[in-house]
Amino acid sequence: MMEFIQALQNSPLLQHALIAGILASIACGVIGTYVVVRRMTFMAGGIAHCVLGGLGAALYLQKAHGLTWLQPMYGAVAVAVAAALVIGYVSLHARSRADTIIGALWALGVAAGVLFIYQTPGYETDLMSYLFGNIVLVSTSNLYLLLVLDAVVVVVGLVFCNQFTAVCFDEEFAAIRGLRTRTYYLLLLCLMALTVVLLMSVVGVVMVIALLTLPVAAAGRFSRSILQMMAISTLISSACTTAGLAASYGPGLPPGATIIVLAGAFYLAVAITARLARVRRLRASLRRAASG
Amino acid sequence: MTFGRKQCTMAALRENLDTAAPDETAQPIVRFSGVSFAYNGTPVLTDVNLTVEAGDFACVVGPNGGGKTTLIKLMMGLLEPNRGSVLLLGRPPAHSRVRAGYVPQQCDCDPAFPIKVRDVVLMGRLRAAFRPRYSKDDKAAADEALRDVELYPLRNRLFGELSGGERQRVLIARALAARPEILILDEPTAHVDIAVQKDLHALLRDLNRRITIVLITHDLGFVSSYVNQVICVNRSVVKHPTSRITGEIIAEMYGTDVRMVRHDHGGGGHL
Repeated sequence: MMEFIQALQNSPLLQHALIAGILASIACGVIGTYVVVRRMTFMAGGIAHCVLGGLGAALYLQKAHGLTWLQPMYGAVAVAVAAALVIGYVSLHARSRADTIIGALWALGVAAGVLFIYQTPGYETDLMSYLFGNIVLVSTSNLYLLLVLDAVVVVVGLVFCNQFTAVCFDEEFAAIRGLRTRTYYLLLLCLMALTVVLLMSVVGVVMVIALLTLPVAAAGRFSRSILQMMAISTLISSACTTAGLAASYGPGLPPGATIIVLAGAFYLAVAITARLARVRRLRASLRRAASG
Repeated sequence: MTFGRKQCTMAALRENLDTAAPDETAQPIVRFSGVSFAYNGTPVLTDVNLTVEAGDFACVVGPNGGGKTTLIKLMMGLLEPNRGSVLLLGRPPAHSRVRAGYVPQQCDCDPAFPIKVRDVVLMGRLRAAFRPRYSKDDKAAADEALRDVELYPLRNRLFGELSGGERQRVLIARALAARPEILILDEPTAHVDIAVQKDLHALLRDLNRRITIVLITHDLGFVSSYVNQVICVNRSVVKHPTSRITGEIIAEMYGTDVRMVRHDHGGGGHL
């Protein structure tokens, strides 16, 4: 641990990684809360895997066709938002097909990404970092992009909090109150897409859903309002990403996977504690009933 | 299953004469004119003509699958009629429904949703125009609605922790928070026990002193005791003042089910 703190002072790469982790955690707390209460995890998974196609295409155009301005992250953002709109449109207009479409986009995105990356000479190693994350490779320009994405997602997610909450809780009633529920739903999906891109740079495409849902699901056990759930899950997620980064640094483990294992262990511990507490309360009340 | 159409049409004619009384200057709260609706080609409602006047307590009764919920959804503009027109508070429902309160049969909301009772009720204050926060007036209206349904002491409890009857009352409070001119309820007592049903009915009777109410119910005992209009729905629709409800009309409405219904509620004797 001391080793990590020392390295943190000297290595800008590690500092970037830490900042990227915290930025991702804030977005995860705010948007992940809506994703969990509205049960949109599967959609988030579909969007995350589609993003690989965007990363691959942008990388291919950048390296093989000399479009130097085209950062892979731009491709990721564009494809994430496009996938969110397609999934949103299908789930609004042909609900029964949504499942199929998400599954298809999930696999197609990965396939396109793999093909593009294999067509880009000398960049096969990038495939692994996109799939499983390589937080230590966050560049300064990427960090600015992450900061902008984070600001957009958090501000929009908080400003429309009452409206998003109403649409997630009871869409029909929200529509009766005059809210444009479809617009809010599509907007929420777009915010989710941007959040997926943020998280992807920390833990990679494959593990995004875990980071998006585990801290939030754990927070849900203590929360009495949406805002509280957002705050608690941001804290849990920040703790998991920072601890994961620190724990992986010394032994040289992949940070993304370490973060996810920590988040999973934390969720399990919370779930078991809550269960035990309920059993104890039940026993106590039975005992009171028996003696009274 | 065939509907006693001739008999009911006579009642409807007399009813129309009643409502055409000269002192009625205000337009009806709800007006259906020649409304037909079909789900994927299967007709659910045919040629419905109907009015609900200000101050009415109208009950919608009829067998399952007869089109009661469809009628309510048309009233709220959640469905569009294939033919005819629906006016709610004198305008198409999509425009006027913000002035109506709607209580669904049951909220298909997630019991694990982290939200306090008062925050659910505050949703009744939402409007099309965007406002980032609820105002003082919104909060006052929500608290007033919570007092109306006697849930003010539970305002900070989680919605998911409440019993079925309490949740139903929260949904009524959510509708009342908008200070509606009409309250439309889709079988609010379908999933609660008899004691809770009685409480809800007493609450609705109190509310009817200031708000027009349209209620779907299977509880025919309730129909006879508080309600002044009965809307019988079974593909077509016929309206009766409560005083004209006879055993035969009920029997026609429910077909062979009527004995079971009367037996269940024990109140069939004075119908």
